[in-house]
Amino acid sequence: MSTTPTRRPEGAEPSLTPAESMTHGRASLANRAFARLSTASGVTILALLAAVTVFLVLEAMPAVTTSPAELAERISWFPEAGGILGYVGPLVFGTLLAAVLALLIGTPLAIGIALFISHYAPRRLAQGLGYLVDLLAAIPSVVYGLWGSLVLAPRIVPVQDFLAQYLGWIPLFDGPAAHPARTVFTVGVVLAVMILPIITAVCREVFLQTPRLHEEAALALGATRLEVIRTAVLPFARSGIISAAMLGLGRALGETMAVLMILSPGFAYSFALLQAGQHQTIAANIANQFPEANTYGVSTLIATGLVLFVITLAVNMLARWIVSRRAEFSGAN
Amino acid sequence: MAKRIDVSDLNIYYGSFLAVADVSMTIEPRTVTALIGPSGCGKSTFLRTLNRMHEVIPGARAEGKVVMDGVDMYGSDVDPVAVRRHVGMVFQRPNPFPTMSIAENVLAGVRLNNKRISKGDAQDLVEQSLQGANLWNEVKDRLDRPGSGLSGGQQQRLCIARAIAVKPQVLLMDEPCSALDPISTLAIEDLIAELKDDYTIVIVTHNMQQAARVSDRTGFFNIAGTGKPGRLIEIDDTSTIFSSPHEQATEDYISGRFG
Repeated sequence: MSTTPTRRPEGAEPSLTPAESMTHGRASLANRAFARLSTASGVTILALLAAVTVFLVLEAMPAVTTSPAELAERISWFPEAGGILGYVGPLVFGTLLAAVLALLIGTPLAIGIALFISHYAPRRLAQGLGYLVDLLAAIPSVVYGLWGSLVLAPRIVPVQDFLAQYLGWIPLFDGPAAHPARTVFTVGVVLAVMILPIITAVCREVFLQTPRLHEEAALALGATRLEVIRTAVLPFARSGIISAAMLGLGRALGETMAVLMILSPGFAYSFALLQAGQHQTIAANIANQFPEANTYGVSTLIATGLVLFVITLAVNMLARWIVSRRAEFSGAN
Repeated sequence: MAKRIDVSDLNIYYGSFLAVADVSMTIEPRTVTALIGPSGCGKSTFLRTLNRMHEVIPGARAEGKVVMDGVDMYGSDVDPVAVRRHVGMVFQRPNPFPTMSIAENVLAGVRLNNKRISKGDAQDLVEQSLQGANLWNEVKDRLDRPGSGLSGGQQQRLCIARAIAVKPQVLLMDEPCSALDPISTLAIEDLIAELKDDYTIVIVTHNMQQAARVSDRTGFFNIAGTGKPGRLIEIDDTSTIFSSPHEQATEDYISGRFG
């Protein structure tokens, strides 16, 4: 079989003149349809966000407009003094404390694991380890809660005692350490493990994307592997690490079940990580009170949920600001 | 500062694949040696064995001797990291560190080598290195701006400044002008002529006019076919290579008769 001697330019419709094919192509219909579809998807996310906001604000309204005295009268667990802000304040404190603690423990560990996978481990080991870390994300949070309260809390007691005994002069480790360790410290450790997979996965991807060119530039200057990581990999990955940490923080802020099962709750502004009955988080508190709350109680809890929503939003905006601050040095230009 | 390099019987492997076979050459101090040859003939691979950069690819290794100033760079007690501090390299595409300013880029190598350097010394070194790379006048007012904001040619000269800031003995250049326009190329070629006073330079180039313009000696690499190793066909004074080469293959290549 021989090919025909004359050939049309590729893509031209045989029945159309060139001018027609420019305005009536079949491709342009599919193109427009897809543009609409993706625009619609984009709008959906905005609509969802707006709907959640509206729901939270409307449902929280009664708790905000009712007088604190009346709320205290109608809700058994509402404080006598301080009003709604007085109620949500310690919860915000506890939420941030647990989440920041988790981030402080989890991020360095995650960066270490990610660097090991991307730059140190032999390829086969790296792959296996990557899967294992991803597997951590597949464990349901209720299982983490069981593990935290039944396995970790008894076993972490010596660590807490050690910290209280030798570092007790730092207010954070003020003793006596609680037995069993139903403390925000234990919660921080469990949350750190829970946010490890997302931070590690994002960091690993970012580290692997370091341009070969920059790593070779460092190597050619006589950099050791550590120095390559310091001069080429970490600066390149900086904004990615921040994004990863913020994703982890978002998860830690909203984590409910594990906190509920481990933490012995309290409503104090206390930095004493090793003491029980001091802290509570917004999400765990909602889960704890919701089943037996009346109308006013539910409204109050939703108001605390609105605060959590705002905090998470603020954290994300802060992260974006940090990332954009040195954008011209990021290599994206 | 410049050093002589003696390469003898060098075989370069990727895994079990012999990529470059049996290279012997002598590179005199304060000269420019150009390596030319068709794509895939192993000239870049060979260049990267001169500062042990090819080893960063898993499975890559070299057998034979590369002696610089009496020291075998492939000796068992030689640290490749130390070798690279004495043999600088400039790459095909300009690669300043994007997160660093122009001044920080120049100082990157010095900072790496764990040397503490006073602020005044650092400023002097930045100026001296940028002067050395013919870039000072263009960037002296914006040393704290990102290096990635410069033009391609300026970026490449910044990379040269970064390489010479650590005061290497040898400077390797892997097609340093292939991503640049003719004006920038000319600026780099002028710079090479000046750097020759202080450094031993080995440059890989696809551009034969460039080899003829900048180099004192030219080595021609060729490959017999796919899967066969690249070999050094001949190396001689540049004027000889481009007027009366000894090998027919060299003449075919430089006169454009090569496929």
